Amino acid sequence: MSTDPEKPTEQESDVTRREFLGTAGAALVVAAAVPGVAVEGQTARPAGTPSRPRTQIRLTVNGAQRRLEVDDHWTLAEMLRDHLRLTGTKLGCERGECGACTVILDGKTVYSCSYLAVWADGKSVTTVEGLAKNGALDPLQQAFVVHDAPQCGFCTSGQLMSAKALLSANPAPTVAEVHAALAGNLCRCSNYSRIAEAVVAAGAAGATRRTSGGGQ
Amino acid sequence: MKTFANANARSVQDAARRARDARQTGQHASFAGGGTDLLQLVKERIVSPDLIVNLKTIPNLSQVTRSSKGVSIGGLATLDAISRDETIRRDYPVLAEAAASVATPQIRNVGTIGGNIAQRPWCWYYRNGFPCYKNGGNQCFSFAGENQFHAIFGGGPSYIVHPSDTAPALVALGATIRIAGPSGERAVPASEFFVLPRQNAAVENVLADDEVIASVDLPSPVAGTRSRYFKVTDRETWTHAVVSAAVVMQMEGETCRAAHVVLGGVAPIPWRLPNVEQMLADQPITEDLAARAAEAAVAGARPLSHNAYKIPMTKGVVRRTVLQVAGKT
Repeated sequence: MSTDPEKPTEQESDVTRREFLGTAGAALVVAAAVPGVAVEGQTARPAGTPSRPRTQIRLTVNGAQRRLEVDDHWTLAEMLRDHLRLTGTKLGCERGECGACTVILDGKTVYSCSYLAVWADGKSVTTVEGLAKNGALDPLQQAFVVHDAPQCGFCTSGQLMSAKALLSANPAPTVAEVHAALAGNLCRCSNYSRIAEAVVAAGAAGATRRTSGGGQ
Repeated sequence: MKTFANANARSVQDAARRARDARQTGQHASFAGGGTDLLQLVKERIVSPDLIVNLKTIPNLSQVTRSSKGVSIGGLATLDAISRDETIRRDYPVLAEAAASVATPQIRNVGTIGGNIAQRPWCWYYRNGFPCYKNGGNQCFSFAGENQFHAIFGGGPSYIVHPSDTAPALVALGATIRIAGPSGERAVPASEFFVLPRQNAAVENVLADDEVIASVDLPSPVAGTRSRYFKVTDRETWTHAVVSAAVVMQMEGETCRAAHVVLGGVAPIPWRLPNVEQMLADQPITEDLAARAAEAAVAGARPLSHNAYKIPMTKGVVRRTVLQVAGKT
């Protein structure tokens, strides 16, 4: 990832499973590379290949200001996952159908696989990594744990972002409202009832906290 | 995804000129409103732009403006914003309902009115790269193939259905599409914006390659106007209409003074039903009249091998929506 304009900000101290796999994968790619075929950031582009259009952007990612140089054709998901290493955002279908890549952009949910990074210039992005505060899970995430909302877990970050946006607009939604708001997020394990239950519970718990918090 | 350059447009004319200039140097340029449809087409290699002209950077292009003449909706207004706009919900409910019925929240948050009416067809042959009329070829694979979601009206030589939910609503409301090109603007009635395959099977509308939709303008509603959008889908969410109806009626008590009835999901363009509109005009709306209007709605329908079910479905949708608008259900 030598093309990164910035060092990754959130890194575990030890080698993670993902880094190990990434390194091992890169070694395999290099070993298998055909001469003249460029592997991004690893081998030089063949002479005469036009350079890719790039653009400097500024945006806020999970509350932190970032300045980045992005390829114009990068999707927001690509920028977040491959270049900021915010891999909590998942890519399922990569064509705006499954919702695994859902992030919140200026308060609204978007499919980050279907939005260019360069279009996010000047905007504020929240990913699933931005939900927990000071090491404590967001109450919504806690409700997902308590209600067994994740099964395989692949869709969970997208479900959480749609649910987070819903709760911001409608703090105590009904089951029907949750289903409508999460209609753009598929769950292949089909755990929809538990997911809706978790979001309703998070809303109800928030309402209780707000009520009791005022009086105590 | 394919490599391309992004250019942030400063005005609709700037956008049009950038597209024209790119073409003059042999490059392929595409406009991106929300970009949700465009990026899928690029990923599927159905469109291969060298330049994407980003319309999101044009100031005020997403505004909804009210005036004595009606409402002007900027081409970049999102479907989500339109579905929530108080004036549109009050005066043009058919459009608010149509916008709210599109795809998913994530798509409605990004997808625009301009992009919704100018989106490419969702025929599975086109989207899977078959060399059909829409992909530069000279045949329609649905005619002898899998055509359960294809046209029963207006087909030939291509049998796509127009995928937009807002388009039938705009035709029924008598909207005007304001189009900006490199050297100026023109206004086209929504009823003349869409193009039948027999006129030009490669495209769905009158937009030239270097023209963008600047706004969609709605006339002030006449007193007593009521409207609804009714959409039948094969699953509850994230899909296009199998059959839909946009119905706008000017009511005086029980009597309909004027009606506009436009179908979605059944033809390559929003399919207006002038014979039904004439039947309803200056008549009290009764169950019997709605049933006769439903029969008249499918006069001239020509189903393909797998979509004859759309005929009874269309009748049901017309009958039901007319009664709903008249307050009879």
